[in-house]
Amino acid sequence: MGGGRRSAAPRIRTEGSEHVVTTALETEPEAPEPVPDEDEPAPRAVRAVALAVLRLLGALVVPIAAFFGLWLTFDWMRDADVNRFVLVAVAIAVGVGGVFLLYWAMNRTVDHLPERFREGVRPYVFVGPALVILGVFLVYPVINTIVVSFGDSQGEGFVGLENYEFVFTDESMLRAIRNTFGWVVVVPAVATSIGLAFATLADRLRRGEAVAKSLIFLPMAISFVGAAVTWRLIYSFRPEGFGTNIGLLNGIKMGLGMTPTPWLQERPWNNLLLMVIMIWMQTGFAMVVLSAAIKSIPDEIIEAARIDGASEMQVFWRITVPSIAPTIAVVVTYMVINAMKVFDIVFVIGSPETNQTEVIAERMIYWFIRNHDGRSGAIAVILFVLVIPIMIWNIRRFREQEATR
Amino acid sequence: MTTAIPVEESLPTELEGAPTSEGAGDVRKGGWTPRIVITIVAAIWMVPTVGVLITSFRPEDLVETTGWWTVFGHLFDTSQWTLENYRSALDTGGFENAFLNSLAVTVPSTVIPITIAAFAAYAFSWMEFRGRHVMFAAVVGLLVVPLQMALIPILRLYTSGAEVAGLRIFPDLDLNGTFLGIWLAHTAFGLPLAVYLLRNYIGSLPSSIIESAKIDGADHFTIFWRLVVPLSVPALAAFAIFQFLWVWNDLLVARIFLGGTSDVQVLTIALSNLVGSRGESWHLLTAAAFISMVLPLIVFFTLQRYFVRGLTAGAVKG
Repeated sequence: MGGGRRSAAPRIRTEGSEHVVTTALETEPEAPEPVPDEDEPAPRAVRAVALAVLRLLGALVVPIAAFFGLWLTFDWMRDADVNRFVLVAVAIAVGVGGVFLLYWAMNRTVDHLPERFREGVRPYVFVGPALVILGVFLVYPVINTIVVSFGDSQGEGFVGLENYEFVFTDESMLRAIRNTFGWVVVVPAVATSIGLAFATLADRLRRGEAVAKSLIFLPMAISFVGAAVTWRLIYSFRPEGFGTNIGLLNGIKMGLGMTPTPWLQERPWNNLLLMVIMIWMQTGFAMVVLSAAIKSIPDEIIEAARIDGASEMQVFWRITVPSIAPTIAVVVTYMVINAMKVFDIVFVIGSPETNQTEVIAERMIYWFIRNHDGRSGAIAVILFVLVIPIMIWNIRRFREQEATR
Repeated sequence: MTTAIPVEESLPTELEGAPTSEGAGDVRKGGWTPRIVITIVAAIWMVPTVGVLITSFRPEDLVETTGWWTVFGHLFDTSQWTLENYRSALDTGGFENAFLNSLAVTVPSTVIPITIAAFAAYAFSWMEFRGRHVMFAAVVGLLVVPLQMALIPILRLYTSGAEVAGLRIFPDLDLNGTFLGIWLAHTAFGLPLAVYLLRNYIGSLPSSIIESAKIDGADHFTIFWRLVVPLSVPALAAFAIFQFLWVWNDLLVARIFLGGTSDVQVLTIALSNLVGSRGESWHLLTAAAFISMVLPLIVFFTLQRYFVRGLTAGAVKG
């Protein structure tokens, strides 16, 4: 058992190496324990290189072997045109069992290494595959997207800032930015307010709290596409001569003796109607998280305030809200990020250009489908730049909260 | 007085009320206002779902001529109910195939990242090696990357591989439109969050357990498999549910990597195509929409506890 022999806590190095490749190459060899039955210790440099190579191999073997295992299996199955149940079953067997077996096999292989390498290589077998996958599928793409955003429609050549110029001059794109701004302001504000009010009131129910909360939370489970279809039915409009109006909103209007409205074409209010869909979906999230926070406010504080003669409203504004302010912040940031990246709702409801309901992420897919990688890339970069500060803040917040537990 | 509420910690409170705060001397309970407001809001929240559900069980001619709310006038008139919409959505609409495709995409896209992330999280927590803090910080840093950033380059990798200075570093595998391609993409997109959450959980396991297992002669692999994985079931389940729903409900990634051809299209794609092609066939649309919601709703009702935990923890995903 040589597991815990290096007791010194690893220092955080400042190079900030992300790839396992570079890390492995840069890592100095650990001072190995002198092994008694070794006739002549190899020179340090040779050993360092050997260790680096072994670590690299340890990191690469699992993902590459797993990939080709899956690839060969499914290439064969694609040709054989097998039933999807079989496909799923094999996918689970190969994907989980196979990946796990690969880790196991690599771990056994490490056991057969010379002892001085063993515990230096093993962590890379565990961590390596994750880092390799992240490197190929996240780190490389981010860099590549930035490069593509300076290229032409094929993402090649170099056109300077042309795509960015397009992003900030195209009429439709400017509208998308404006609309996204609307989403980012309206959705978090309304959803959090309703969620907070609901959580506060539900906390005071004697019974039925769980059921009431389930009903509000339920839309979280369904897809944006499903939600969009659901609300399209509510907003449904048929002009005269094209059948009965079966949408709920127009049903109510007609019941009141008014003429039906083509809701989704009413610019600019149709944007608000789309935002309602997201509010409907995400209020439950705000409610559940805020409710948990409200319940953690000690009863004594509220009781003391009541005895001092505070009204319900005063208790809410002076005690409840300040007490849960950090949680409100977390909920709002989460929703801001979601609203910024909204795509599905606008896409599924349809005709964003004629209805002028474009949003940034939807524009990105729009240009992607029209094979203009440069523009699409530039829009993705804009989105990235907008999201970064909020995400960093969000993660820090989350970590702080975790640290306090 | 400003109490920081640890989000993770407050998750398991799920949707249950707090049973301890029930009682006569409770300062918070009672009053008619909460009851009335809650009932009204809950009712409003139910309307859209109920509308879809009712419409999906009505025959086409009735759907076309009367609003779904008219059924409440004669709820028990059986002639107004039918299963025909579901039959046509599943068979002719191709939603049976789409349902199976969704399963084929979602299940591996959920379990593969969990396996890989669990090994990494264990190493980050309980193995000593240089640079592990930097590596973990880099993984957490990747949480900020919106997946929109990664779509085009991954698609290019899939269709034409990658070359650096004339040297082929990623082979041209033609993965576009295959299940394997989308599994890999979802695996990568889910990994940062999975590593982050699992590392927080696994790292907080009592070190005395791990140490005593080591003293008993267990190696890292045995500790991981026999001890850490069974102890981490709550965290694994929470992430599994989050990832499952995320992949199941995803439209964007499926749209890019699988496309809309009928043999591989998933439910969300099939549904959005149906809106495009038959946007006014409400009897079909509602049945199809409900088919796409069935599995998430089952997960919601049976695993509510983990469900809330997973979704709340997933709030940090970029």
